[in-house]
Amino acid sequence: MCLAIPGKVTQIEVKDGIRMGRVLFGGIARQACLDFVPEAKEGDYVMVHVGFAISVVDQDEAERTYALLESMGVLADELSPEEVVPPKA
Amino acid sequence: MKYLDEYRDAKIAHGLAAEIRRRSTKPWVLMEICGGQTHTLVRYGIDDLLGNSVELVHGPGCPVCVTPLEMIDRAIALARRPEVTLLSYGDMLRVPGSGSDLFHAKAEGGEVRVVYSPTDAVQLARTRPDRKVVFFAIGFETTAPAHAMAVLQAAKLGLKNFSLLVSHVLVPPAIRVLLASPKNRVEGFIAPGHVCTVVGCQEYQELVKEFHVPIVVGGFEPVDLLEAINMLVAQLEEGRVGMENQYTRSVQYQGNQPAREAVARVFEISDRKWRGIGSIPLSGLRLKQEFAAFDAERIFDLAEVRAEEPSECISAEVLLGHKKPTDCPAFGARCSPEKPLGAPMVSTEGACAAYYQYRRHVAAV
Amino acid sequence: MPLTISTDATSPQSDAVRKEDKKDPGAFSCPVPLPAGERVLLGHGSGGKLSVELLNDVFLPALGNPVLDRMEDQAVVSVNGARLAISTDSFVVKPLFFRGGNIGSLAVHGTMNDLAMGGAKPLWMSVAFILEEGLPIDMLRRIVSSMRDAAADAGVQIVAGDTKVVERGGADGVFINTTGIGRVREGIFLSANQAKPGDAILVSGTLGDHGIAILAEREGLQFETQVTSDSAALHTLVDALLQGTRKIRCMRDPTRGGLSSTLNEIAASSRVGMELEETAIPVREEVRGACEMLGLDPLYVANEGKLVAIVAASAAQDALHALQSHPLGKDARIIGRVTAEHAKMVVMRTPFGTTRIVDMLAGDQLPRIC
Repeated sequence: MCLAIPGKVTQIEVKDGIRMGRVLFGGIARQACLDFVPEAKEGDYVMVHVGFAISVVDQDEAERTYALLESMGVLADELSPEEVVPPKA
Repeated sequence: MKYLDEYRDAKIAHGLAAEIRRRSTKPWVLMEICGGQTHTLVRYGIDDLLGNSVELVHGPGCPVCVTPLEMIDRAIALARRPEVTLLSYGDMLRVPGSGSDLFHAKAEGGEVRVVYSPTDAVQLARTRPDRKVVFFAIGFETTAPAHAMAVLQAAKLGLKNFSLLVSHVLVPPAIRVLLASPKNRVEGFIAPGHVCTVVGCQEYQELVKEFHVPIVVGGFEPVDLLEAINMLVAQLEEGRVGMENQYTRSVQYQGNQPAREAVARVFEISDRKWRGIGSIPLSGLRLKQEFAAFDAERIFDLAEVRAEEPSECISAEVLLGHKKPTDCPAFGARCSPEKPLGAPMVSTEGACAAYYQYRRHVAAV
Repeated sequence: MPLTISTDATSPQSDAVRKEDKKDPGAFSCPVPLPAGERVLLGHGSGGKLSVELLNDVFLPALGNPVLDRMEDQAVVSVNGARLAISTDSFVVKPLFFRGGNIGSLAVHGTMNDLAMGGAKPLWMSVAFILEEGLPIDMLRRIVSSMRDAAADAGVQIVAGDTKVVERGGADGVFINTTGIGRVREGIFLSANQAKPGDAILVSGTLGDHGIAILAEREGLQFETQVTSDSAALHTLVDALLQGTRKIRCMRDPTRGGLSSTLNEIAASSRVGMELEETAIPVREEVRGACEMLGLDPLYVANEGKLVAIVAASAAQDALHALQSHPLGKDARIIGRVTAEHAKMVVMRTPFGTTRIVDMLAGDQLPRIC
């Protein structure tokens, strides 16, 4: 029950007492409620689940961990096809 | 799409899988808990990348699958009432109750509609004061805050025609049942990353302490899951046991405070029946007495229904990771998504349905 | 480890199997017929498994005959030596107007395309309207002029028509039913049962545009770059393709049910398997984003201006270039090939090199939340 996808907050306004953001997912803009992420500002990325932002993506943390992942990718260059997808026993 | 595509990178996935295979000295039995994670693993054929290094079993993390028969029957009963508009998430529509499902209820004249967000449900109630709008509120801890906000919003607007039919379940009690069972084979868990985004990691820390089993909080993209599996295998190979967080870009240890507060304001913990498993104490949420006016079960008189699952269904075994879908003799033969015998085949997130849809062409291990 | 395949897959093709399959080319291992008292569900119109079930259980047993039983998108009959293609279709799209067209232009394009997929030149159409009481006449005028324009562009004459009006609530504004007649080109024998192992599978462009354009209109999705329906008449594209090569087994336009339904139907009819490359499948960025957000898979989303072609392996490059040289085919790709393995099953190689099945859906695709 967990389909949440990351989107970029482009506009924030208060409607009916609720803090709403215009969030861009790839090429689509959708409204999402930002009440759970009061610290979110324009330009931030948020994880949105059923129309509500549940977290602000920690961009520094993402960058740091991704660098480590990329080094894994470099190792993959040295793999043979059987090492990539092992043949079934 | 940023923060999505990078985590589907094939080279990184292959690198991680190779690392896992290199590290692993035996086929560790690992379980991911959330249906969304199951979906990714099966769709990308991650088990093929891992070979014999790891045995993946799938957990009860599909709230659609574990919604009890009686709840579905109540939803159908409500949908059949002429004054009710029943709103639901899409995946619930095909789930069979004891005799029918919401699609059929719709075909018979019931007003049943799909919504993507509980806000849509509140909006509809607002614009249609002539209808009794009931929202079928199912989910884990991830979705509870959104449902709580819907109730608070409806209360603020003074809506008299809006209610929730609540079927919320909590993950840790189910894990406890699983781990306490003498048949348990699971040696490490991938905890559900979006649940933890909301509730934080403390309960999982406690599970680690109590059951001495490694848990890694994982995301939903293939690279996330492979990284989480790598972290689990590292712990298991090195004889360490701890709670680690792979999904740090979204999950903080303390979780999301405002979201948890909203849930605590509106809901309280209750016992819940899990389809295929049975009743698990203190494993669900229900609306507090204060919000009784928004509780469909208290507003409408819904007769009790006792329903039995077909005995051929081994869902309890599948949901708890004792068996795989392909171990079931009915799988693909008498049981398929069009004619499901039980819970894990009913929703596209269920383990049986995921296997059937994507992977029934491969060898059964 | 022994290889187990689900009971859906076919076993050695004995005559017994052939005889049974003759009536239902899209056969599934569901021997239990629809129970009496069962009702029509929305899913029965989705182009997926439920639609097939309705055909096999209700329509074919009652109406079946050698021509109908072939279950092509168009029926080919001989009249004094000339081969005529006949097709029929109904259009019930909601909303009536969307980016890239309306129910009228869609009706003309859709009908012509069914004929074109059989290698026929579309010549004449009939149109029957079912109008809802209360429909603004102005709206009807707009729809009809779109039809005039679409037909004129294609050199097709609308030669017969009918109008009925139903009470308010009896239709969604307008329903349109059409019949199309065309003449099959000399030497062209296309059929969904002609695919052979080794054949190449091509699509003429990006998938999911129409379905997402409609969904966007219905759900009020805002796009930075608006998604437009790809509704178009494909017969000139087909001409271009036939100029490039004649070694074409079959063409289909993947409308409701998407690419997946179309390929599964062809696989079942030809009793072959198919292997697709996920990385080769063209999808626009905006469509992908919408699908991610809603939990939909572009392979199941409707298209109204695209074709799938199964061609002999030796002709694949010619076919590709022929498509790409036409404005409607500039994004054409070879997306896979036909295989003798896993008959009647369409399998896709993921970007990771692993495989998964591309199954036919039961009914409509439901947006995921999990």
